[in-house]
Amino acid sequence: MHSAFDPHSPQARAVAHLWWSMFAVGGVIWIAVIVAMLIAIARRGDVDFGGRKRGLTIFVAGTGIVLATFLAYDFAVGHDLAKRGAPTLTIGVTGHQWWWEIEYEDLRPSQRMVTANEIHVPTGQLIEFKLRAADVIHSFWAPNLNGKRDLIPGYASSQWFQADTPGVYRGQCAEFCGLQHAKMAFLVVAQTPTDYLAWRTASAAPHTPPADSIAATGLKVFLSSGCPLCHTIAGTDARGTVGPSLSHLASRQTLAAGTLLNTRANLMGWIVNPQALKPGVHMPAIPLKPAELNAVVTYLETLK
Amino acid sequence: MTLPADVIEREALELDRVWSDRQGFWGWLTTTDHKSIGKRYVATAFLMFVAGGIEAALMRAQLARPGNTLIGPDRYNQLFTTHGTTMMFLFAVPIMTAMGLYFVPLMVGARTVAFPRLNAFGYWTYFVGVVFLYVSLFANTAPDVGWFAYPPLSGPEYSPGHRVDVWAQVVTFTEIAALVAAVNIIVTTFKMRAPGMSLNRIPLFVWAQLVVAFMIVFAMPAVATGSTLMLAADRAITMHWFNPAEGGDVLLWQHVFWFFGHPEVYIIFLPAMGFITPIIETFTGRPVFGYTALVLSNITTAFFAFGLWVHHMFATPIPEVGQSLFTAASMVIAIPTGVQIFCWIATLWGSKPRLTVPLLFVLGFLFTFVNGGITGVMLASVAFDKQAHDTFFVVAHLHYVLLGGGVMPLFGALYFWFPKVTGRRLNETLGKWHFWLFLIGVNLTFFPMHILGLNGMPRRVYTYLAETGWGTLNLVATIGAVTIATSVIIFLIDVVMSLRGGELAGDNPWNSSGLEWATASPPPSFTFLHTPFVTGRHPLWDVKDGLPVVTGLSTRERQVLVTTTVDALPDYRHSMPSASIWPVYLALCMGVVFIGSIFSPYFVLGGLGISLLGLLGWGWSGVGERQEERVALPDGAVKVL
Repeated sequence: MHSAFDPHSPQARAVAHLWWSMFAVGGVIWIAVIVAMLIAIARRGDVDFGGRKRGLTIFVAGTGIVLATFLAYDFAVGHDLAKRGAPTLTIGVTGHQWWWEIEYEDLRPSQRMVTANEIHVPTGQLIEFKLRAADVIHSFWAPNLNGKRDLIPGYASSQWFQADTPGVYRGQCAEFCGLQHAKMAFLVVAQTPTDYLAWRTASAAPHTPPADSIAATGLKVFLSSGCPLCHTIAGTDARGTVGPSLSHLASRQTLAAGTLLNTRANLMGWIVNPQALKPGVHMPAIPLKPAELNAVVTYLETLK
Repeated sequence: MTLPADVIEREALELDRVWSDRQGFWGWLTTTDHKSIGKRYVATAFLMFVAGGIEAALMRAQLARPGNTLIGPDRYNQLFTTHGTTMMFLFAVPIMTAMGLYFVPLMVGARTVAFPRLNAFGYWTYFVGVVFLYVSLFANTAPDVGWFAYPPLSGPEYSPGHRVDVWAQVVTFTEIAALVAAVNIIVTTFKMRAPGMSLNRIPLFVWAQLVVAFMIVFAMPAVATGSTLMLAADRAITMHWFNPAEGGDVLLWQHVFWFFGHPEVYIIFLPAMGFITPIIETFTGRPVFGYTALVLSNITTAFFAFGLWVHHMFATPIPEVGQSLFTAASMVIAIPTGVQIFCWIATLWGSKPRLTVPLLFVLGFLFTFVNGGITGVMLASVAFDKQAHDTFFVVAHLHYVLLGGGVMPLFGALYFWFPKVTGRRLNETLGKWHFWLFLIGVNLTFFPMHILGLNGMPRRVYTYLAETGWGTLNLVATIGAVTIATSVIIFLIDVVMSLRGGELAGDNPWNSSGLEWATASPPPSFTFLHTPFVTGRHPLWDVKDGLPVVTGLSTRERQVLVTTTVDALPDYRHSMPSASIWPVYLALCMGVVFIGSIFSPYFVLGGLGISLLGLLGWGWSGVGERQEERVALPDGAVKVL
């Protein structure tokens, strides 16, 4: 589920059509050149010079026509991609070394919401992404949905798409951004508007203090270890902004920007030794006793 | 009238005494013979091709399967940066200009290049850059931010330490070397052509070198300014050119870099086009079709090459209307390239050529390069580029263009001119193995990358997850890389064996038409006993009974004939400088300045101070002398040897 060949939005489809047309014409030209070359070396016989001169004129004119057609087609597609109505939803995407900060804008402060590495969108609606970079240049790219757009410090840029069908589409940073450029992925989860609203409501829901005693211990350990220096869990005293927000972490499918599936074992491994899984990541190893680790993970798993 | 044999023998002895270098290491070190320098330039640059290839092979080994742990991200990033920097700055551009520095004088009938000492200085400066980068690689301080070094990642905040400084200064060394070579090729072509070689008779190899030399003069200062004055200054003395927090602009770097970076591709590609024409002419036995069209294609390509750079930046927030101009230019440049391919196929048409190894590589070029050219036109489209940009699709495209359009013609040229340079031929059977394995290897390695890129695989990733499904095609690409490595090893074995015991070539083993074949193989120290007199575009085919020559140059000093720019009429005689240690000394001073600047600005002052001594020594010792009395071209001066 990660390919420009498999478009799931009008934007990606327009580009895929352009690609297949260029591929067909380009393929024919390539084969024609190879065939001409093979005929050229296989036959003996002299061709008159005037014929070759005429051939050159025809060749230049033909090349010009093919290129002009490509150009017109490209401009038409570019025009369609740039032309768009007002987006129904605006999502802020900030690139960090090496994760994605996702912010759902809303006029009501209580509905404003920050998450990470997983973008839920409703199908059939135009979504605009406001792109910013927190440190170095990154590039936002979900090939099934639209082309890429760079996130550049000092510049505001945007990208948009309209997902047709529900599904999970993978995206990945496309501009080299340092040690862990390879492990800076994200998921776009396209949902029917009803499902999306349900997710949105659940994700904006306030933090409920854990009922379970182990989980309650976990929250204490979380707040008293190094975690809150970097991470936020909305509704708690953890308000760090260096690393990704962990609010509703348990509802996400992956950990560490698409590096690991979000399972209990992976979460434990990640907390204990992130450097082994993503060397160079800015998260240090957190030295926790086994019981503490168990409690923290139990707590994090309650953050649905 | 023919000169008596004893006169010829005496003149050759006298000339050899004047032009040859001293024996031993000192003579080797101080030589200003463009042939010696050209040979070591090509050899060093080819060594860099092997080094860059080893880096590529390591990367392919790491990517052969998902989640591989052979090479970690830190080492991998150094490897891909060093691979790109080596291939672009230390292999491709130097080897193309080095071919020019060796062959342009031979092809225009001159005894040396216009500035022999500058030529030596250029090589040694380049050599210091080579040593610097590779010492850094083994000291674990090789650059790790890509060969394009985009700030802010390459800036002081996100790349502390000296790795990026190494990159910035390696670039500076190679820029100086390239500019020096360009100036030499321009003046040699304009002022040192054999009498009769008017502009419309210049061999296409030389035209390509001339056009590229002008491109270097315009392109290289952009990146030299960017890397040395801006990036290095940002890092060393916090200039904030690229720091948005202080009013700097990170996109400025991309403009400066690609204003150089795109012409760079054609700086590699056009000399290769210059190799192709003589190979096709030789093995079809006929003059190329469309000489004028080919020259004009070279010049048009050079112009358009400077108007394409933004197509490397289509994903940045540059307005659509601005981008569309660069789309149009990127597509139009396909026309002059297409014209060249048409002219070559039209020349081959109906010729039943001799399918020797050099010609096979030219056919391999057509097969591979046309593919890369077509994907290049696709990438000119902004809409499509936003999908393909910075993915393996672009990796595939650029390797089809550079291996197909640069390295294949280069291999053809090495087989073609090896006999001239060494006096011995390369082995045809091993050459055919080399060719077929290389052709298969290149396509096996890079064709799958088109699909990988559109399947979402970004460039410059040290690993990928198994779930992405990229494993199989990556494994195929790695098998292809092994095939390429095998073919290059066969070539190296061939070179070593042929140097020791290859078939003796004679002056003109292929029955070719250029002036370089009019002298012995390898050429003597003075190259030509007498300056040839040119009556057409194919000197050795135009005359059936011996090449007419001009006499009257001194045999007691290093004298050359300077001719007029357009018509190549004899203008005056000029004495060339002797061998000298000062070019080597000055190149080392440049090393002190640029390498030292990484650690302290005082090295810049000190290095410039000690280089003053070098300039004095250079200027004082054995410089050339212009002899004002004009030589006419009387009937008696043209003699049939």
